[in-house]
Amino acid sequence: MNNNDENTLLQVIEYFQENMDFILELTAEHVNLVGLAIIVAILIGVPLGIYLTTNDSLAGTVLNIASVIMTIPSIALFGLMVPIFSLINQGIGFLPAFIALILYSQLPIIRNTYTAINNVDPEIRDAAIGIGMSTTQRIFRVEIPNTIPVIMAGIRTAVVLNIGIGVIAAFIGAGGLGILIQQGITRGHQDMVIAGAITISVLGISADLFLRLLQRIFTSKGVSS
Amino acid sequence: MIEYKDITKVYGEDVKAVDDVSFTVEDGEIVVLLGPSGCGKTTLLRMVNRLESITEGDILLDGKSTSNLNEIELRRGIGYVIQSNGLFPNMTIEQNVTIVPHLLGWDKQKKEERYQKLMKLVGLDVEDFRKRFPHELSGGQQQRIGVIRALAADPPAMLMDEPFGALDPIIREKVQDEFLAIQKELHKTILFVSHDINEAIKMGDKIALMKDGQLMQYDTPANILQNPANEFVTQFVGQDRTIKSLSIHMVNDIYSQNKLKENKKLAKQVSLNTNLRDALGAILESKEQAVTVVNGQNETVGSLDFDGINQFISELTS
Repeated sequence: MNNNDENTLLQVIEYFQENMDFILELTAEHVNLVGLAIIVAILIGVPLGIYLTTNDSLAGTVLNIASVIMTIPSIALFGLMVPIFSLINQGIGFLPAFIALILYSQLPIIRNTYTAINNVDPEIRDAAIGIGMSTTQRIFRVEIPNTIPVIMAGIRTAVVLNIGIGVIAAFIGAGGLGILIQQGITRGHQDMVIAGAITISVLGISADLFLRLLQRIFTSKGVSS
Repeated sequence: MIEYKDITKVYGEDVKAVDDVSFTVEDGEIVVLLGPSGCGKTTLLRMVNRLESITEGDILLDGKSTSNLNEIELRRGIGYVIQSNGLFPNMTIEQNVTIVPHLLGWDKQKKEERYQKLMKLVGLDVEDFRKRFPHELSGGQQQRIGVIRALAADPPAMLMDEPFGALDPIIREKVQDEFLAIQKELHKTILFVSHDINEAIKMGDKIALMKDGQLMQYDTPANILQNPANEFVTQFVGQDRTIKSLSIHMVNDIYSQNKLKENKKLAKQVSLNTNLRDALGAILESKEQAVTVVNGQNETVGSLDFDGINQFISELTS
């Protein structure tokens, strides 16, 4: 390690020490934004994914639209949200970022749910219908419990993706850990940029570990993951 | 009682999967729907609990048309067993066995009593299996659980779609025997799909032999073997139908006609409820070409040789 690197490392550590409260505050904002967006995305994506298994022609269309949204560069999508939400005077801030994140999470959540439910062993579905389960009972007692690992994999992908993309939210005034990176770049503070990047990575890894734990708790031991 | 009344099923424009089939499954009887694949036997079975729709005709369950009943309630009132056992992987054995009582809203104690009774019925340990999951069980054990799950709410009728088809031959024999013993106690009205003539002869009180959606012959196994209705039936039961008919008669049938030979102490012995096919096997393997027959108390009641069986069979077919 040369002198210069050592200095940067020390600066980053120093930055963490001096700005812990600020960083925690931004982390809370970030978690709040991403967390709410994911909850709404799950509430839309999982039921939609299950519904699509009953409607093949619609399934193709919806999955294609979700794929197209994924291909829009994140900074462009956030940029697009601004003029649209300006119409209701919400052009910058929480709302456009929140909506953009929901849109981004849809593909992994819908696709994994759709694939998982579609791949439930037809014999097991037949048995569930044949012994007299209603559609709701079949979905909640048989189909979802047996596919939790696959559905959760989609949700985990969406969460980690959104924690990363959530950085862009800072550029449209929605706060979060992106502030560190944005301000670090504009002010030429390398330590700030690195501190932001490290915090985001740690947050992403922790979220994934936490979700894996949840997944393990909610998956029956009879289901192989 | 399950009554099929002029049942026809048409797919698309003119593909007839089932063509004007009528027959009745009497209370406490096992009827085997037998035939090659694609003959419509599974479709016929699945019409009873309305997993398949009926194009024309009606199925009556205990005199009531199934088309007027609520689908869900109808299914909960009929036991349903399928080949791959269809156990729910996410549920424990206890949850699997008591799922229908659970759906019907039984209380905890009633479910527990039923669980214990059913496990004992198939000779599986109540506590040992309670918290285990289907994938931890052998194929034979899984299939037994599949059968008792169908029996759980004590439905009068059961539908069994090749229930033992996925088991290896030795286990299959054993599970079949166990099931017949259970049926002797419970007297369920059972429709049983099979493509195996030997299984049909063994399990069925009657056999409905199907071909291309049409009912070829509906009769007892003995009559199907001895008086095949047409060329197809003759072919399907095979050249060895005489040998097959041996397996539906017991040594007891010869004994009750007083046609066993004198008491002899021989190297091999068979009991009165051995079927004639197995008895013949024992005779051919024995050195003396004859076997001692013993009753339930292990007392010798006579002996049997090849002539004895031959005579019995020729009297049947003449």
